[in-house]
Amino acid sequence: MTSLQIVFLIIAAVTLASAVMVVTARRLMHAALWLILTLLGVAAVFATLQANFFAVVQVLVYIGAIAILIIFAIMMTREVMSVTGPRLNRGWGWAAAAAAGGLAGLVAVLSTWQGFQTVLEPLPSGSVGVGALGEAFLDPNRFAVPFEVASVLLVAAMVGAIYIAVDRKVVEEQ
Amino acid sequence: MDFLKDPVTFLANQLVLWLTGLGLPEGVVRFLSFSIGAAILATSSLLFVIFLIWFERKLIGRVQDRLGPNRLGPFGLFQPFADMLKIFTKEYVTPSGVDPVPYNLAPVLAVSSVMAIWAVIPFANTIYGVDLDVGVVFVLAVGGLAQLGIILAGWGSNNKYALLGGFRALAQLLSYEIPMVITLLIPVMLAGTLSLTGMVTAQDVPFVAVAPLAALIFFIANLAEVSRAPFDLPEADSEIVAGFNIEYSGLKFGFFYVAEFLHGFTSALLFATVFLGGWRGPLAEEIPILGFIYFAIKTSLVYLTILLVDATVPRFRIDQLLNFSWKLLTPLALALLVAMALVDRAMVGMGVESIWIRLPVFLALNAGLFAAGAYFLDRARRRAPRPVVSGGPRPVARPENFTMQPK
Amino acid sequence: MLEQWMYIGIFMVVAMMLPSIAIIIAGLLSPRRPNPIKNSTYECGIETVGPGWPQFRVQYYIFGLVFLIFDVETVFLFPWAVAYNRLGLFAAVEAALFIAILAGGLIYAWKKGALRWL
Repeated sequence: MTSLQIVFLIIAAVTLASAVMVVTARRLMHAALWLILTLLGVAAVFATLQANFFAVVQVLVYIGAIAILIIFAIMMTREVMSVTGPRLNRGWGWAAAAAAGGLAGLVAVLSTWQGFQTVLEPLPSGSVGVGALGEAFLDPNRFAVPFEVASVLLVAAMVGAIYIAVDRKVVEEQ
Repeated sequence: MDFLKDPVTFLANQLVLWLTGLGLPEGVVRFLSFSIGAAILATSSLLFVIFLIWFERKLIGRVQDRLGPNRLGPFGLFQPFADMLKIFTKEYVTPSGVDPVPYNLAPVLAVSSVMAIWAVIPFANTIYGVDLDVGVVFVLAVGGLAQLGIILAGWGSNNKYALLGGFRALAQLLSYEIPMVITLLIPVMLAGTLSLTGMVTAQDVPFVAVAPLAALIFFIANLAEVSRAPFDLPEADSEIVAGFNIEYSGLKFGFFYVAEFLHGFTSALLFATVFLGGWRGPLAEEIPILGFIYFAIKTSLVYLTILLVDATVPRFRIDQLLNFSWKLLTPLALALLVAMALVDRAMVGMGVESIWIRLPVFLALNAGLFAAGAYFLDRARRRAPRPVVSGGPRPVARPENFTMQPK
Repeated sequence: MLEQWMYIGIFMVVAMMLPSIAIIIAGLLSPRRPNPIKNSTYECGIETVGPGWPQFRVQYYIFGLVFLIFDVETVFLFPWAVAYNRLGLFAAVEAALFIAILAGGLIYAWKKGALRWL
């Protein structure tokens, strides 16, 4: 086993364990904090895959923005610190069976895939990953249209959320 | 002679040679040398804070017509050591009902997130922790970890004011991160790389001369990110008791303090790297230690500016602070980014490649946008409603207004 | 490239350990005499009413949301800025369009009063 594999196993274990804690934590806020650890673990996995840009963007967007947004949202709920209801409902057996079946299916499909056996080769030095991504974004023959549509999508999300969230009466009174 | 020119690389090579000489495999040698390098860099950043505290107290003292620390050692230089000894022996008063893990993790996260920036800053041609190819985004990402520290502190303290202070600090940090990131895009655009080392190498002309308005917006946004006056709301002791760190005491409070000082200086490092050309200067490439000195001088100038601004201006109100970011700095930064990209590409398309011809155009663009920004700021100021003071005359603390008169 | 992350990983571990060790050492050196009044929540001498974790306004959420949108926008713009020198005027126009659409979103938020602190 190489040292990279050991590092990967540690990261994977931490990520999975904190993901389990997200769904089992008894308080909403603690679930959010565990979620942050899970997201950090995903960023570390990106780093071991040498996807540098995605690793830092994972931290920048998911921890720097989305996790904070989730915490703001939690603070708007009532009785933040109280323990909310039982954690399992009646269908948990079915859900567990479906999840286990899905996992078994995934493993069965992936075990026949050749890519599992290939050894990860280090990227050739001098390949500028982020620059190549930028060129792909703006090339009209490749991703120029999705690039612009992403902008429309972001604005649509913002407009929709503001329309729902802003209390018009309060704003007009001020 | 090699040692004098570049002591860090010399010592690092000696260390690697010595470790290899012990018969260790290559991977272990690398791990050990990286660990030692990281430990030295991290420790020196922490020890440097002791000097920063002394310097700031001395400077603020002078600005306020005081002497500052002057009893312990020459120029009071030993005062921070005495403070450090004292804070080490202070009791931790942990309020009842705290959420223990977030409460204790917060000060550690606050310091380590700032220290992480030091890992990617190029101090000289050959003196840097690591040349990360996405260094700029890394710096922004660890800023997200600092915000996390503030949330954890506010949340873990079981105190309404700590939570309120934490949330307000967060609203401020979030709001000013946008203009900061957008103005960082301009140097990235000019240099064509996200690596901080590459950015320094690309600065044949320092980027502050190419895009002075971007540098100004970045500087202002950075002041807000490190919560220096006029953006020191996160610890507005006259408004929200003290902010997110009320319930901390002893060294746990001390580390929030350390993080704040270190963050201020680190932002100066970043500004010098991105806009002032880092270690660039005459002969800096041949003699790395000279580059280090240039970098230190540039950084000190930026840090001095931050401190003098901090010492002179009063605090913003929170609505003014948020308006300033969202309604002035963000649109201005976006307009500058678009205008510079379009004009530059149009000029290159017409065959004007030389930076010396493009430079005056860039400067005119910056000046025009600055004038527009100043105009809108002034208009907003004139249109802002005056505070209405209703009711009769208010009691003033004069002797005749006291019910109990002195005999 | 993995070497870079190895260094950063080591650096982060060291950066977390230094303050933790210092805090633990100070905890061993310092006195510990808690009492109920000393450990009560600090509100300038006034007793705390209600829980320490109150409910917050939607205002913070809206600011967080607008921030998130612009943060994601910059993630798209970083690759563009890196490749910028190798691209022509057309790419700059594309990026300008991208930013203009988002600026429209900012103007919407502004006019709706979402950026006003109440």
